Amino acid sequence: MKLHEYQAKQVFADAGVPTPASTLASDVDGVLAAADEIGYPVAIKAQVQVGGRGKAGGIKLADDADEARDAAESILGMDLKGYHVDRVLVEEAVDFVNELYVGVTMDRGEGKPVAMVSTKGGVDIEQVAEETPEAIAREHVDPAFGMHPYQARKAVYDADVDPDLALDVAGVLTTLYELWDDRDGSDAEINPLMVTSDGEVIAADAVMNIDEDALFRQPELAEMEDEAASGDELEQKADEYDFDYVRLEGNVGIIGNGAGLVMTTLDLVDHYGGKPANFLDVGGGAKAERIANALDMVFSDENVDSVVFNIFGGITRGDEVAKGINEALGQFDEIPKPVVVRLAGTNWEEGMEILNEDLVTVEQTLEDAVQRAVAYAEDEEGDQ
Amino acid sequence: MSVLVDDDTRVVVQGITGGEGKFHAGQMLEYGTNVVAGAVPGKGGQEVHGVPVYDTVDEAVEEEDADASVIFVPPAFAADAIFEALDTDLDLAVAITEGVPTQDMAKVNKRLTETDTRLIGPNCPGLITPGEAKLGILPGNIFAEGDVGLVSRSGTLTYQVVDSLTQRGIGQTTAIGIGGDPIIGTDFVDALELFENDPDTKAIVMCGEIGGEDEEEAAAYIDEHVETPVAGFIAGRTAPPGKRMGHAGAIVSGSGTGTAESKIDALNDAGVPVGDTPEEVADHIESFL
Repeated sequence: MKLHEYQAKQVFADAGVPTPASTLASDVDGVLAAADEIGYPVAIKAQVQVGGRGKAGGIKLADDADEARDAAESILGMDLKGYHVDRVLVEEAVDFVNELYVGVTMDRGEGKPVAMVSTKGGVDIEQVAEETPEAIAREHVDPAFGMHPYQARKAVYDADVDPDLALDVAGVLTTLYELWDDRDGSDAEINPLMVTSDGEVIAADAVMNIDEDALFRQPELAEMEDEAASGDELEQKADEYDFDYVRLEGNVGIIGNGAGLVMTTLDLVDHYGGKPANFLDVGGGAKAERIANALDMVFSDENVDSVVFNIFGGITRGDEVAKGINEALGQFDEIPKPVVVRLAGTNWEEGMEILNEDLVTVEQTLEDAVQRAVAYAEDEEGDQ
Repeated sequence: MSVLVDDDTRVVVQGITGGEGKFHAGQMLEYGTNVVAGAVPGKGGQEVHGVPVYDTVDEAVEEEDADASVIFVPPAFAADAIFEALDTDLDLAVAITEGVPTQDMAKVNKRLTETDTRLIGPNCPGLITPGEAKLGILPGNIFAEGDVGLVSRSGTLTYQVVDSLTQRGIGQTTAIGIGGDPIIGTDFVDALELFENDPDTKAIVMCGEIGGEDEEEAAAYIDEHVETPVAGFIAGRTAPPGKRMGHAGAIVSGSGTGTAESKIDALNDAGVPVGDTPEEVADHIESFL
């Protein structure tokens, strides 16, 4: 789960990371009032979950009220890479002389947290990591002990941060690690960490991703989740149904159990010349209602021309799946799009017995099911 | 023959009184697994399917001489359950639980370096030696005794590939689902080493997916150390960069590593053919035997 910039800044500020003065606003008057209170110049920043906001016109500087009005009018309501902008952060424009990067993430290869510092802040840090990995100092942390202060200092000195700033930057990194650790972060980053002409450091941006599996013990952050939801209506619906769902560009709807098997089904659709419309994993042990919700989900995507169900039951039972399909499809006078079902594994025979074959096409193997769904999608597409 | 588990393995089920634990303990017993005890705090003295339940794993091991554990404990308590298993010096702990926080697993991972216990999972289907024992939730009926070792990051994909093998009369020595989380106990390299050293495993299937670099590391290991022929499968070729596909690990950063392409290339370079479909994987295995 990714926090919005304004949410992450609040979390950072509460922990003692220096951040610029800022206020959230959702209309022009609100922007002007906020700017007035903060004092010009201000930065006006779209609050959407995409990178490259500045280049896309989602961040503007304003020196006075006229400029602030223009900026607010152009950003509020804009479509930024598919996301509707309905909130902006009005923020004190920091006069800076230098930009650094600090971050904490989990190094899955090592199975340990890693803290990072670089003097190449303010730019795409992934590109820095790729092209000049030596420009990022890294310090692995023993998760049982947490980060010792000396480790933060070591990373900062290794990164060749200006010695006058070193202890301040190390302090920010230590706080960032503690936050990441306490709040079950998956990534926490400040890019840029600006150095002002007075020699102070201040977090001009804030990124905080939370491990969704740990939200049960982060009730405060879980509350922020609604606000941070995806801009895609279907993906929001998937959140409500609690599905692992990703919308894709194609027209073959895909429902399966287990991430690996669903990905494999996507790959096979592609292999047989079709285009997947989505990734939808119903998870383990899905009951009839959940299966019906999955069908509702996929039918809600107007690009879908056919649907393939690929269920290989382990913990999931074929009879429950069949019941769910019957229930969902039984509600229609006419099935919206052809549905192909392949059931294997636990209770598949019981499932086949109750599955209403007037409503769906049944195939015995994964390959046959996928090819049939691809063919149906082509037919439907041809009809349009 | 087999690796890790056989019909002598004495199993304690942590969380045996819960819905999942109870159901799958029954399934394991039915398969012939030697389930000797359950461990659930506060439930000591009860019985489930005729199996005695103890309050602690320690007690279960002491009383019933268990040497392996299967963990069906909710995510919030799963790390604690794994620590408990590690502290009793079991040979093997298998964590089925899905959704264990990653930071918990980092701490478990650290503890693992200090013990001799082998951990499988979490978020995995477990492992099975067909005809002898299964530890986990795999549907026993699709497996058959034979000479192919299988290791996979995905549960249901394991079933799919095993089904393709079994339908052709190709059985398995042991199949291990290692799980798709970012931090896991046993990884591909560990499993490959076990199969390489098992005289009865004549061929190996390795099912990977996008995300992380475990498959690339496994490819390098195969190149250096594995004589047994290996066939691979990589799920997620069509996954778009930047999107998370269910498994926490199955996300492509878009920076060139962790993609299906980089994994397939690495495996091919190590002499491992990678099937486009599960059936093609079975074709390759058939050609090895």
